[in-house]
Amino acid sequence: MNIYALVKRTFDTEEKIAVSGGKIVEDGAEFIINPYDEYAIEEAIQVRDANGGEVTVVTIGDEEAEKQLRTALAMGADKAVLINTEDDLDEMDEFTAAKIIAEYLKDKDADLILAGNVAIDGGSGQVGPRVAELLGINYVTTITNLEIDGTSVKIVRDVEGDSETIETSLPLLVTAQQGLNEPRYPSLPGIMKAKKKPLEELELDDLDIDEDDVEAKTETIEVYLPPQKAAGRVLEGDLSDQVKELVELLNKEAKVL
Amino acid sequence: MSKKVLVLGEAREGALRNVSFEAIAAAKTISGGGEIVGLLFGDSVQSLGEEMIKFGADRVITVEHPHLKHYTSDGFSQAFMAVYEQENPEAIVFGHTALGKDLSPKIASKLASGLISDVTAIEGEGDDAVFIRPIYSGKAFEKVKSKEGLLFITVRPNNIASLEKDDSRSGDVSSISVDITNLRSVISEVVRKSTEGVDLSEAKVVVAGGRGVKSADGFAPLEELANLLGGAVGASRGACDADYCDYSLQIGQTGKVVTPDLYIAAGISGAIQHMAGMSNSKVIVAINKDPEANIFKVADYGIVGDLFEVIPMMIEEIKKIKTN
Repeated sequence: MNIYALVKRTFDTEEKIAVSGGKIVEDGAEFIINPYDEYAIEEAIQVRDANGGEVTVVTIGDEEAEKQLRTALAMGADKAVLINTEDDLDEMDEFTAAKIIAEYLKDKDADLILAGNVAIDGGSGQVGPRVAELLGINYVTTITNLEIDGTSVKIVRDVEGDSETIETSLPLLVTAQQGLNEPRYPSLPGIMKAKKKPLEELELDDLDIDEDDVEAKTETIEVYLPPQKAAGRVLEGDLSDQVKELVELLNKEAKVL
Repeated sequence: MSKKVLVLGEAREGALRNVSFEAIAAAKTISGGGEIVGLLFGDSVQSLGEEMIKFGADRVITVEHPHLKHYTSDGFSQAFMAVYEQENPEAIVFGHTALGKDLSPKIASKLASGLISDVTAIEGEGDDAVFIRPIYSGKAFEKVKSKEGLLFITVRPNNIASLEKDDSRSGDVSSISVDITNLRSVISEVVRKSTEGVDLSEAKVVVAGGRGVKSADGFAPLEELANLLGGAVGASRGACDADYCDYSLQIGQTGKVVTPDLYIAAGISGAIQHMAGMSNSKVIVAINKDPEANIFKVADYGIVGDLFEVIPMMIEEIKKIKTN
């Protein structure tokens, strides 16, 4: 089976976010594989181990993203592809990213494409479904279980807490929700093997993409931090007085009752 | 330039969700005086059309088909594209719900359009509108605008105020017939896990419990308080992992993002993943035995104490206010 996992290098959520000149400060920050993409990689590996075939991880970014691709290879992916846009694009949006990935995938005869349901940085969750649409294949988002039998696929997906069972077929794109699996940590032999696994680097030219064709449709004007909340009031005194005061404050000051 | 805006309404258990009215309000802001056209897709949605008009839509178009009873991206996109081609709008607004999140990128891709997802506020009006959306799990915000062409946004529930309902408004509710075919996904089962009553992501009041709730039974006082306030019960991942409640209640980075007017965190320590799901709530109350708990850092009001003492007292106090 020909399996692809789409991954994104993101800020570690534990990082403190700082903004300078209307942009997020990235210097010295810790970067990780987007956590939802880790579920996608893990599921890709499990599907390959059960059905045979090959897992290719694909990302868009600059050379820094090699580190996350090597981690995916160390987890067990077979090949990695970095589409390096550093020299070609100053800005991109979800339209741009999806178009580039779809151009790469269009002649690959993918049976199954997996991605995270959302990236924790941009948080829009658009790229997976957009790629599927561009490739003309079906997609199912926020999946928590995947069973493949030949070309038949049975999926459980999370819909705002409810669960939906879906029957569909390959080729298919799915996006992973928490609960799909427990992503493995790369083993030491895995890390050693990953160093020798193929990592292909491509630029837009290699994909016959003209920069104008993938020009972003939206523009970020500014990035800013939420206003600092004034320190809250921890109430004092006898517990029953505190509760009386709290209810009074919620009623009169905050006006939320 | 005024814009004609299409707004997709969303029904749940036979009634429109609040986010549909909020989407109409957003549409009004960006329309620059243009026409607001509400859309409803389903097997029986005609009767909901008038409600959209009372909340600000100028007219409503429905597409009814047995294949639209349950949402599928193929079915709903076929219905949407049929309306799109008939109406040729300049802007589109969906709710940023499970349905909106799933459908909007497909439509945007079909139309080779940009899509500004998960908008929580709009600055300016008409052509000057700029959209604010949270990034990095709500730790930062970005202002985004559409460069040119179609404007397409999804709005996060509970953030943009809906317009005042006006019973005197009237407008045309028409239907078009669309042949819905070739659905590639078949929904064979739906298991409802979410609790009855108020939808957690749209609730104005959320009472959430963490590990401090100690057991499934421990949620009872939280439920009582939530019912009293017309709100919903939520939970931290810790409480879900410990099996005190279903994962459908989980609030946080994984789980639901909520922005109610009042968020009461009971026995929740305030892990960063939890904060990502609730820190933008308008008023936050923390109840925790540990005075060092992180949750006090984001709380507007805090009580250091046992939730099993505090919550029943709160219920009594609030009842007193309600009866006065």
